[in-house]
Amino acid sequence: MSQILNAYQSLRDAAEGSKERVDFDQVICIQVGSATCENAAGANDVAEEFRKHIAATKRDDIVIKRVGCTGRCSCEPIVSIRMPGKDMVTYQKVNGDSAHKIFVEHVLEGKIVDELQMQCPTCQSVPMDNRLSDAQQHLQGQEVTDKFLSLYGNLPVYAKQARIALRNAGVTTPLDLNEYIRNLGFSSLAKVLENDSPAWVIAEMNASKLKGRGGAGFPIGKKWGFALTNEEKIRYMVCNADEGDPGAFMDRSMLESDPFSVIEGMIIAGFTIGAQQGYVYIRAEYPLAIERLEKAIAICRENNLLGKNILGSEYSFDIELRLGAGAFVCGEETALIHSIEGERGQPRVKPPFPAVSGLWGKPTIINNVETLANVPAVIAMGGAEFAKVGTELSGGTKVFALAGKITNTGLIEVPMGTTLREIIEEIGGGVPNGKKLKAVQTGGPAGGFIPADALDTVVDYNTLAAAGSIMGSGGMIVLDEDDCMVDVAKFYLTFSQDESCGKCTPCREGTKRMLEILERMTAGKGTMEDIDNLERLAKLVQKASLCGLGKAAPNPILSSLKHFREEFVAHVQDKTCAAKKCKALLRYEIDSDKCIGCTACAKKCPVACIKGERKEPHVIDQDTCIKCGQCFSVCRFGAVKKV
Amino acid sequence: MIPAVNDKVLENARAALPASVVEFIDKVNQGERPSSHLIAVLHKVQEELGFLPRESMDAVAQLMQVPTAKVTGVASFYHHFSFVPKGKYIISVCTGTACYVKGAEEVIDKFKEELGINLGETTADGLFTLEDTRCLGACALAPVVKVGDDIHASMTADKVPGIIERYMNLAD
Ligand SMILES: Cc1cc2nc3c(=O)[nH]c(=O)nc-3n(C[C@H](O)[C@H](O)[C@H](O)COP(=O)(O)O)c2cc1C
Ligand code: SF4
Ligand code: SF4
Ligand code: SF4
Ligand code: FES
Ligand code: FES
Repeated sequence: MSQILNAYQSLRDAAEGSKERVDFDQVICIQVGSATCENAAGANDVAEEFRKHIAATKRDDIVIKRVGCTGRCSCEPIVSIRMPGKDMVTYQKVNGDSAHKIFVEHVLEGKIVDELQMQCPTCQSVPMDNRLSDAQQHLQGQEVTDKFLSLYGNLPVYAKQARIALRNAGVTTPLDLNEYIRNLGFSSLAKVLENDSPAWVIAEMNASKLKGRGGAGFPIGKKWGFALTNEEKIRYMVCNADEGDPGAFMDRSMLESDPFSVIEGMIIAGFTIGAQQGYVYIRAEYPLAIERLEKAIAICRENNLLGKNILGSEYSFDIELRLGAGAFVCGEETALIHSIEGERGQPRVKPPFPAVSGLWGKPTIINNVETLANVPAVIAMGGAEFAKVGTELSGGTKVFALAGKITNTGLIEVPMGTTLREIIEEIGGGVPNGKKLKAVQTGGPAGGFIPADALDTVVDYNTLAAAGSIMGSGGMIVLDEDDCMVDVAKFYLTFSQDESCGKCTPCREGTKRMLEILERMTAGKGTMEDIDNLERLAKLVQKASLCGLGKAAPNPILSSLKHFREEFVAHVQDKTCAAKKCKALLRYEIDSDKCIGCTACAKKCPVACIKGERKEPHVIDQDTCIKCGQCFSVCRFGAVKKV
Repeated sequence: MIPAVNDKVLENARAALPASVVEFIDKVNQGERPSSHLIAVLHKVQEELGFLPRESMDAVAQLMQVPTAKVTGVASFYHHFSFVPKGKYIISVCTGTACYVKGAEEVIDKFKEELGINLGETTADGLFTLEDTRCLGACALAPVVKVGDDIHASMTADKVPGIIERYMNLAD
């Protein structure tokens, strides 16, 4: 055997025989999540609760295992019980009391606590028999992706999902290198180093049809190939973990749940493009992700997976972290490069592209976290097998952060080609409170809206673009009838305007002018002319801006104008906001038939403009009312109305 | 190699910064491209001091051998850095998309009203600073407010007075 395969084999042997390995055939294992989202929901307290129970029983055959995130945010804290020889059982929304019940009845007596089990978002039923989709059956046959399905495959919420990038999230303990290796971790790196052919890696990437998950969707094989055409021998590999879309948390969850996958992907990328040094540019707002990544890098160095002569090969590579400091534009490649160099994060004109002249003027390849997490899976499966999940044009899956007006908020991973309807209705459980779906927003401030009647659009780069939005990095915000499109467009533009770096005039001034127009509209002072001007300006900023931020900032406006123009017209012509969101366009009135004269609203009103005798209908003085809405919230009889 | 400068100036600069920051600068000065660590250094200063006082930025410029204008230029570019001291508790209301559509604005309005300050301001007693922030990554629990290191989920305007009171009691 070659030196490389020998080195890998000894890591593998050590991993198989590791002392810390949980023997699932012998012990009862209580799995509790440990990512930021889960801790915010109380997972740490729940784990502590179980620890106390175990200590009280003095049993050493019950262990707690902290895993990463399974993406079921709305069900957190989640606890799963693995008993020898039995299917894993997953419980939702566990607290101190239910932890006690689960421990006593399930862990100690072996009786599943039915009413606490995780439920299906649509039918509210609990686990069903394995009904695997085609994509899942394919992934079940692959050693690198079969673990998640074997544990969670019987939960209906995952029926439409397929886990490749998130293959280990919720399965492994994030910083347990041995467990990662037992799940085929670093076998792809060993294969790549052993083959010693960048051209072969690129061919696999091309066959996989893997495209960049950071938003633009550039084919990975092609991008990596660019670096090789360059004479310059000093090259850099950068991982973009800036995750700037407000409302997106895919990369955070991935780095917290399975940092080794991203590192392995990065080393493979580094080898392919001939880089000696890698950088992860990560936003400072993610302390836990930073901590885990730092630890994971140190562990890799200790095990000869980073540093000189990786796995005994000729290849040497190391990774350093660089922290962002709260600037959305730093997700743009040239701005990101400036920021790593310690400069103001302002973009520059392209070309030259970073692949030609990047960090310190050297060829630099930048890839997103999710892209890199997919890379080891491509190598482990083989590009052609990877491409079997997905569409004709794009291989694999896409991770989305599902949030907004949706029953099951959370992180999901679906095969390319899944319809938005499947995502919203089946995985997401639809819009809560009996409200009507209005639109789905993808791509954040650079993206657009897909109206409810286009819900059969499938997820792919070209299809989402054709529907007037973009794939983006994975933010997916669901809007319902209570959301005003003019207001939401204004929200995104406020963001872009605030984040504009100010370097070029179209973006700096254009976003300001567009924002002024939108502010006039929501204040009831807009004109029909404003709509035309807004559209014209938006197209101009799109064309004339220097970087992707300015070029994309008008997208939410153009997309909402395309699909919801009548709402803009209603705002400027009729001065009405159908969603009752724009304060200036609505009035609060008291329905004298419903008002029982309880005086609650009058007591609450900050400007004392509600008059009326006790037990008599009250009246609002419209001239004084500041439309704070407090009367509306406080009335328990539904007498205060927005009109 | 860092060119020799007036020893006295360097000595003063070292004295103006927390020891951990000086140590970090010394470390990066030994390696390649020390000035690329400027943002990391500013992070450390702000972590220690709560904000970036003028003197500390001068000192960073001296020790890293970069123009002061560059230090202030970089610091002012990034939203994360602050040139004014902040309150004991920083109240960050998330205004990311998920939180916005679930009513973050009403929560901000209530904090403004209760504390009598605007976004970016600090109460006269130095207890609270009110800020808006982008996505804390807990979108599923929207709207989300972070006070100090604690995350408060599913916020409403009604919960605001209780939260303020809780931290006022903690501070006593
Ligand atoms: C304003 C702006 C912000 C961006 N933010 C991010 C980001 O937060 N994360 C990311 O991966 N890509 C972001 N991108 C895209 C990157 O510039 C780049 O295309 C991507 O990281 C390439 O990786 P990929 O090929 O793996 O997708 C942003 C682009 C622009 C113009
Ligand atoms: S488009 Fe906007 S963010 Fe980009 S360089 Fe111009 S001003 Fe800066
Ligand atoms: S709170 Fe409602 S019922 Fe009571 S006085 Fe006001 S409007 Fe009438
Ligand atoms: S909206 Fe506010 S100001 Fe107007 S009547 Fe109601 S409580 Fe008073
Ligand atoms: S539970 Fe982890 S992202 Fe929500
Ligand atoms: S949008 Fe508020 S936590 Fe993400």
